[in-house]
Amino acid sequence: MDYFAQQLINGLVLGSIYGLIAIGYTMVYGIVGMINFAHGDIFMIGGFIALITFLILVSFGLTAIPLILLIVLLVSMAITALYGWTVERIAYRPLRHSFRLAPMLSAIGMSFVLTNYSQVAQGARVKPVPPIITGGYTLHEGAEGFNVQLSNIQIIVVLTTVVLLALFTWLVSSTRLGRDMRACEQDQTMASLLGVDVDRTISMTFVIGAALAAVAGMMYLLYYGLVDFFMGFVAGIKAFTAAVLGGIGSLPGAMLGGLLIGLIETLWSAYFSVEYKDVAAFSILIVVLIFLPTGLLGRPEVEKV
Amino acid sequence: MSANPAAQTSRAPSAAFILKKSLISALVALVLFSLMIGVRTEAGPDGQLTYWTRFGDLAVMVAAVFGGSILIELFRQWWGPVDTARVVPAPVQNALAFGGRLVAPVLLVFTFLVPVLFYNERYILDLAILVLTYVMLGWGLNVVVGLAGLLDLGYVAFYAVGAYSYALLATNFGLSFWICLPLAGILAAFWGVLLGFPVLRLRGDYLAIVTLAFGEIIRLVLINWQSLTGGPNGVTGIPRPTLFGIPLTPADDGLAAMLGIEFSPTHRIVFLFYIILALALLTNWVTIRLRRLPIGRAWEALREDEVACRALGINTTTTKLTAFATGAMFGGLAGAFFATRQGFISPESFTFHESALVLAIVVLGGMGSQLGVALAALAMIGGFELFRGLDQYRMLVFGMAMVLLMIWRPRGLIGHRAPTVFLQRKEAISSDLVKEGHG
Repeated sequence: MDYFAQQLINGLVLGSIYGLIAIGYTMVYGIVGMINFAHGDIFMIGGFIALITFLILVSFGLTAIPLILLIVLLVSMAITALYGWTVERIAYRPLRHSFRLAPMLSAIGMSFVLTNYSQVAQGARVKPVPPIITGGYTLHEGAEGFNVQLSNIQIIVVLTTVVLLALFTWLVSSTRLGRDMRACEQDQTMASLLGVDVDRTISMTFVIGAALAAVAGMMYLLYYGLVDFFMGFVAGIKAFTAAVLGGIGSLPGAMLGGLLIGLIETLWSAYFSVEYKDVAAFSILIVVLIFLPTGLLGRPEVEKV
Repeated sequence: MSANPAAQTSRAPSAAFILKKSLISALVALVLFSLMIGVRTEAGPDGQLTYWTRFGDLAVMVAAVFGGSILIELFRQWWGPVDTARVVPAPVQNALAFGGRLVAPVLLVFTFLVPVLFYNERYILDLAILVLTYVMLGWGLNVVVGLAGLLDLGYVAFYAVGAYSYALLATNFGLSFWICLPLAGILAAFWGVLLGFPVLRLRGDYLAIVTLAFGEIIRLVLINWQSLTGGPNGVTGIPRPTLFGIPLTPADDGLAAMLGIEFSPTHRIVFLFYIILALALLTNWVTIRLRRLPIGRAWEALREDEVACRALGINTTTTKLTAFATGAMFGGLAGAFFATRQGFISPESFTFHESALVLAIVVLGGMGSQLGVALAALAMIGGFELFRGLDQYRMLVFGMAMVLLMIWRPRGLIGHRAPTVFLQRKEAISSDLVKEGHG
């Protein structure tokens, strides 16, 4: 039981990270109707920028951990958001009204560009950082010496996710930008007739998605203590799986899907085999799409001629 | 369009406008590259991360972006708006059409002569075999993506199934290449059907992501099922193909000894070259023939409009499954060839990158054009080889090329997707009138 509770905590933390990435996928899919293949790599870039900012701040002699984390978070969000904007501007906007395969391939190309760009720029080796946030609480002392632990970093990851989600929900539901986004999602032509700047709204969608991915990248760095140039690919597919599982286009769905994927992956590694955890996650994707093609919270798609 | 004054002025931007735009680009580049290129991190010997600055590289990159965007703007100004119709003079058009008809036969004859022309150049022969392998993969995937319009991002899975089928059957049971080749094809086709079943109801991007997941599952299983596949170490000592049971070795019963000529390792290369050429041509021939059968027509109808297809009474289930199975079979055959050529396979050869490469070849080739796929394979693999010296920059260049090619020619190098059958008389349909069959 203690073991299970511990895995539950670990799964929820991992799921929060996936959920943050999945929101980026689901938003872009909702508005532009394409899989932003490069989104996983945006997450990776976010991790790298967080790492570099952190190193620079520490070498400048800053010691207050909360201040460092705040600066790292802001810098990483800002620069990664600019990456998201640039990717959209270069690779997707010229193909907006092209036929459907073109932006997909362009996105795959962009994903290769970002992966190899960080390999060339920062080297192929894994970058480890010493644990930045230590300490935690023991929730329950087990009989056989197995304690249920809740570390501070886990609390921070979950709290950050919750705060960001609340902020983001507010943004989508009650601001001008959010209204524009929802309008573009329903009908871009009509939205532009009613004075919504569609190009700008789509750009902002990419910017917000990238900023959330940057937070996920930073949380990943804090939680696992390492980044490498290839981590975006697998994380990206899993987050996309999460978005599909929750019902693509639905924001609460993305978060729910992320949590579920995180839990499934953690529990599978804990009780079956670590080697096949990715296989489990991908199989879930296939099974979900067979039985629930619109995901858990998605709306059914109307078939039109 | 030309009556619109706003369009007129925007067509000829002033120098100040170009400068402003380039400055913004340079500024964006400065922010983007500031940390990623301006600072380099590396783990030291004691595991401690250190960093050093590279402001020189940063300055070079930003300057390159600045200069590059000025050039692009100037080019745009000179070229005019993208959608301008460019009238090609009739004689040039006729000459192009005549040349276009000649390309395929000339290319075929040239391919047949490659081993003769480049007999002593091992590198070119190897490259030619590689290109032909991708031509075959491209033609195989073309059945799924180009003809049936099903976006498959996990094609490499079938390539892997074919390669491992041959490798395992040959090393464990001692079966020869010529027996295993059809077996590999059948097994891959079986896997194609197996993948096809669950994804029958999906279309478009969902299909893409499921096939991608399928490809990854196959690769992960190959890595982790160590007792069968040897895990990351792969399978070694895969036997070479024989010519009617005669091995191409320097031994006494080898082909060279039998013919009474001096042995040379090039014999085997040439032999392999003709095997893959035959396999590729078989793929091409089967595809062309299938296109003229009801099933091929059904594929094309499915690509254009699935709902209309069903309304016409076409069984979409069998149509999709046959497309998957046929494409997978050719992938499997190519995989078996790959295994016998390399003599060694490991899961590393079957990453997502391969799927993306083959898909890029099909899309660049114009989705459905056999000649286009062959030319795209030549361009992609040849181009890839040109950058071999650049080593780690190679994939970066590949990704950029993919993005730029998509922006430049979204419908491929030969973007002409005419249906095989026409009503009454033959007329060309402009590719932008033909829409994806997402129904």
